[in-house]
Formats: sequence, C-alpha cells, structure tokens
Amino acid sequence: MNDLSLMTIAGIRDGLATKAFSATELCQTYLANMESARELNAYVCETPDRALAMAAESDRRIAAGEARALEGVPLGVKDLFCTEGVHSQAASHILDGFKPAYESTVTANLWAAGAVMLGKLNMDEFAMGSSSETSYYGPVVNPWRSRGSNAPLVPGGSSGGSAAAVAARLCAGATATDTGGSIRQPAAFTGTVGIKPTYGRCSRWGIVAFASSFDQAGPIARDVRDAATLLRSMASVDPKDTTSAEVPVPDYEAAIGKSVKGLRVGIPKEYRIDDLPAEVEGLWENGKEWLRDAGAEIEEISLPHTKYALPAYYIIAPAEASSNLARYDGVRYGLRVPGEDVIAMYENTRAAGFGKEVKRRVLIGTYALSAGYYDAYYLRALKVRTLIKRDFDIVFDAGIDVILTPATPTAAFGVAEKTLASPIEMYLNDIFTVTVNMAGLPGIAVPAGLTADGLPLALQLIAKPFDEEMLFRAGHVVEAAAGRFSPDRWW
Amino acid sequence: MPVDKDTVKRVAHLARIAVSDAEAETLQADLNAILGFVEKLDEIDVTDVEPMTSAIGMSMKMRADTVTDGDQAAKVVANAPAGSDHFFVVPKVVE
Repeated sequence: MNDLSLMTIAGIRDGLATKAFSATELCQTYLANMESARELNAYVCETPDRALAMAAESDRRIAAGEARALEGVPLGVKDLFCTEGVHSQAASHILDGFKPAYESTVTANLWAAGAVMLGKLNMDEFAMGSSSETSYYGPVVNPWRSRGSNAPLVPGGSSGGSAAAVAARLCAGATATDTGGSIRQPAAFTGTVGIKPTYGRCSRWGIVAFASSFDQAGPIARDVRDAATLLRSMASVDPKDTTSAEVPVPDYEAAIGKSVKGLRVGIPKEYRIDDLPAEVEGLWENGKEWLRDAGAEIEEISLPHTKYALPAYYIIAPAEASSNLARYDGVRYGLRVPGEDVIAMYENTRAAGFGKEVKRRVLIGTYALSAGYYDAYYLRALKVRTLIKRDFDIVFDAGIDVILTPATPTAAFGVAEKTLASPIEMYLNDIFTVTVNMAGLPGIAVPAGLTADGLPLALQLIAKPFDEEMLFRAGHVVEAAAGRFSPDRWW
Repeated sequence: MPVDKDTVKRVAHLARIAVSDAEAETLQADLNAILGFVEKLDEIDVTDVEPMTSAIGMSMKMRADTVTDGDQAAKVVANAPAGSDHFFVVPKVVE
C-alpha cells in the first residue's frame, strides 16, 4: 500500500508486525497529512516531536518483540482530555496556557498500550455545541462537501475535530467525548464510526468536566473493528473515578463477525418525527432490511417519553455545567482579567474567557438551580430522566437486544448556517442521541449511506448497559452491508 | 414564565459573569427561547416519580482513608496566573 494513512488500525497492526513499514514512517505520513490539512482546523495543537519520540519507542519495542495492543498507532486527542505538559484547554479562552501536571486515565491507557500522540483536536468550547463552531480557535471544517459545491460544511460537534481528523486521515483514530451526542453526531456527519460506551465504562478522570452525569469518553474510528480495538484500550476500571464501573473490559473485537441471527431489533416509533427527510427515512428502512437479511427480527417498540429528552437535557446538563464551570475563576489556572476587587476579577475573567454558548448554558443552569426555580425546573427534569430511563428498561426487559434509529435528523449543514438562528435549532441535532445519555446507555453511529448530494448519513444502534459487544456485532452487519465512505481530498 | 433583563443580570451576577446591557438583551432572548422549549416538561405528570440521581445504578464506592499523594505544591500552583512562592495571589479580600 502506497499511502500508509489509508490503513485501518487492524491493517497497521499487521503491517508493523510484518515489518512492511515502521512506526516512524507511519507517524511521518500522518504528520505530513496534518501539515497539508491545516485549513480544516482539526488540530489546535500538533505535537510532532512527542509523536516521533513515541514512534521511535514503538519501533524499538517491535524490534524487541514487545509490541503492545496499539503499538505505533497514531492518534489524535480531543482537547478536552488532560495530557501532561501539553495544551489542554477544552478549546476555551478561559484555560489559556493551561498545561496539566497529570495525564487523563483514558489517554494514559492509550499510551500504555503503545499508541502515538499526534496532537490535540479542536472541538466546541467545553464540548458545548453540535457543530464545532463555538471553539475559541475557530470552526472545524468538514472534509466532506456537497457534490458540486465548495461551501464549507460543519463536521458536527462537539468532537468535530476528532471526526474531521479521522475522516481526512489526519490520525488513525481519535479520542472523543459524548455528553448529548458529541461522538455519534460528528461521526455521522463525517462517515466515521463513533461509539459512546455505557456511562462508567471509560474513566472521566482527567477529562475536563461539562455535565458529569452524562459525560463519557469513546473513540471515533474509520471502521467498526477499529472502534472496538480503541475502546478496549480506552476503557478501564479506575479507582480515581468514583463513577467508574467495576466491570471487566471484554475483548470487543471478538464480537465482530458474530451472527445477529435471532436477535430482536427494536424500532422506536417515536423516532419517526415529523419532517424527517425522506433520505433519512430510507436509510432507516435499509438498516432494518440489512439486519433482517442477516437473520435478526425487526419489531416496532415504544419509548413514549422520547420527546421530553431534549428539554430535560437542556435543564440538567446546563445545571451541572454551571456547577462544574464555577472553578474557572482566574485564580488557579488559565486566564485572569483584573477587576477592582475579587468579585469584579471573577466577573471580568469569566466574561472574557467564556464564549457565547458557554455563557448561555451557565446562565440557564444557574437559573434552573436558583432559589424558587429548583423544583420547577431541575427536580422536575430529574424525574423526567427517570421516566426516559424506564422506557428503555421496559423494552430491554421485554427481550429487545438492540435498538435501531437514525443517528441524526439531517446530514452536515453549512458553516455559520445555524449560528444566527435560535439556539434551539442547533440543539435539535441531538434529538436521536440525547436519550441515550439520559439513560446512561451505550450507543454507536455507523455510516450507512450518502445523501443525493453525496454527504454521509449514519444509523445509530443502542444496547443495554455494558453490552457494547452487541453494538459492535450489529454495527458490523450494518457496515458490511452499507460499505465504507471517505471524502475526496480537496484540501 | 419569561425572564426580564434584570433577572438576566441577577443570574449573571450569581454566575459571576459580567454582562453589558446589550449582552443582557441577547441573553434574555436566548434564555426565553430555551425556557419556552423546556416548558414541554410541564405536560408530564411526575407525581410519585423519583428523581434520577445516577446515570447507572451503582452505589457510591468507598476507599481507604489514607494519604495517596502529596508534596506537590509546585505542580499545584504551576498554572496559576498570579502566584508567589507556593501561594495563589488574589486581589485583596479583607480590608
């Protein structure tokens, strides 16, 4: 193979083992790709020296016969993950100059498995957004364009840098996080595979917190197998995170290729929303057909509280964010803007350091938690969350193995197209993904086709807690039937 | 119930974010759009429904009450925008 960056992680593993190429050559290929793709604005910080040093160590290990699970695999890391001594700013101005003295558990796991860090990836500020346009570093550009058009499109968000980089072959895989759809929606917009595992599967230690009861790390990858390989190394039981689940991490790759014969696939009727584009409806029909052809049984199910998920999310997530983001006070790290007293210093620092969307959410959260409104907004939303979770419990208890839905209501939209509209318009992007975060369940987005304009669309699969294996198993069936999609290079 | 501009300013002060008059106006419109959107939750009867306080049913983990870390003052203050020795420096808070 001439272009090393076209290879999947499985291919890299084989190529390195047979000495078809070295980890250093592979790393250099990616560094060159990154350099020639800066107009996509996928990286906020490139770490070529570290990458080459890690690749050299991988080559040494391979020569010594000591290769680890991800030996020499070049990865990008979302800027939300703390990486020791390296830019970790959640794409926010308020964390200006912040270089952590520690490494997040997820990235530490990846480096311990031999992966190579290429740099930090752009994202929506503090992971708040669905288009990667709220970054202090400017919007990420999707490597995909509509057929016959040069107009820049968003890669989705908040993990838009991760998704764009994987799709444009600026890394072999990437870490991402998902609070309301931030792995699955950008994966859907870029023709990549993204899995949000069960809440508690990946440690949150060292990941900048947005909404702690939803935040969950996961990979974005070129295909289902690579996603399984990455998740196995990212996930762990971590004593440093009290919400880390005491569940052993299985070999996810082993689930790929297992038959789906006899599995019961639920189709939630509430996801058939008004205005669902015919192309998305058609994609969903194809998904049912592919799983049926593979021997699964397709059944209609009901998740009656679906329509309340987004409104409840937009109370609970901002409430948690307003509390988590209280730490940015200009005292311990990041930006400080002086004021006449300490309160004015806080207010000036936070006014200058937070972007518009972050301010919006901190204010909504503060309001929802404030005296007199707590019960009406926050407590009510938590009760609705119980009902949403119960909807899923009921269908899984009735024997449904996996749920199939569209991943997003549309394909990628234009840069700046939705930023001037009401914030709600942007929030509606997560209508199919946010329910999964509300219930703490695992969900995967798998590319399933292209629109008439040539833009990728994806299907989402949802499983029971800690049944990520089911997602890889069924996801692989979708992938095998749909094929894989990559953008033509124009950058 | 929609919020007025004074409420926006009061909440912004609670959140320690300085807002100009013009910003308060934009934020007022945004917050009212969001509050209008979440009004949908009022349709549901939540009597006798317990609030969900944990994404996955798990009990709080306990750990031994021992010192596992320490003596890293230099690292702790390394990112401070203003510091002196191993202290964070802030504007005067006590007269």
